[in-house]
Amino acid sequence: MIRLSCEDVRREISNYLDNDIAPARKKLIEKHLEQCQNCAVLLDSMHNMVVLIADERRFELPEGFGNRLRDKLEKEFTAFQEKRRSE
Amino acid sequence: MQPHILSERELIAEILAGNPERYYELIAPLERRIYFTAFEILRVEADAEDVAQEAILKAFRSLASFKGEARFSTWLFSITINEARMRLRKRREVSLDSPAEDGSGSDEDYTPITLADWRELPLDTVLNKEMAAHLEQATASLPLSYREVLVLRDIDGISTAEAATALGISEGNVKVRLLRARLMLRDYFVSHCLLPKSAPAGRGRR
Repeated sequence: MIRLSCEDVRREISNYLDNDIAPARKKLIEKHLEQCQNCAVLLDSMHNMVVLIADERRFELPEGFGNRLRDKLEKEFTAFQEKRRSE
Repeated sequence: MQPHILSERELIAEILAGNPERYYELIAPLERRIYFTAFEILRVEADAEDVAQEAILKAFRSLASFKGEARFSTWLFSITINEARMRLRKRREVSLDSPAEDGSGSDEDYTPITLADWRELPLDTVLNKEMAAHLEQATASLPLSYREVLVLRDIDGISTAEAATALGISEGNVKVRLLRARLMLRDYFVSHCLLPKSAPAGRGRR
């Protein structure tokens, strides 16, 4: 049976995390992960990193963003309606 | 009766047929992600706001030319990325002294620091203010081309294919850049934010 090196696993670890990998390849990676603490830690911490960076609480819009956007859009909408009427 | 929920295409047709205020429905779920896409590229709040709002306005103005081949969100993300790149270029023209932004990232294989040196990023790591600030620094440390992919895939949550369309690169390229971005992010985060605070190794301690 083919054995993967740590380097092989590292190259595909991100695809593995996204479950974007052929089933046979996935099995080989899992086999490696069972026996390699370093790669297992790499996978876990990358997973945690991805969870943290996507945490909604990080994303606050600047104060007043919505109001300022609405002001601009309203002008845009008026221009749009005027253009429609003149056509 | 349940109100009929309009599909994206129907909503766009409604807007173009003379109900522009329905554009809000189209952009509401995307506003924050559009802003943060711009922010991850520009790293300056005021610039990110300008660019995000300009992208939203531009998309409205050219809504009639939206062909519906991609999803509206993908189209809007790609407009945002283009606007943000333009703003970066302008910024560089204005201040020639500022360090050049690394636009490409390296094509060399990225080798993370020796695995034995790693501490695990603990599973129970919680997001607090300090952690959020560290994450900011960590993402800011990435080359632009990696940041773009990271924000689209891991923050905006769009697919590999959509990210490839938005950035005008191949899916393979998206995957390679995402791998490096995630590895580098983890490297930076662990070495700058976790290791300095970690207790010294147990040797010699009683």
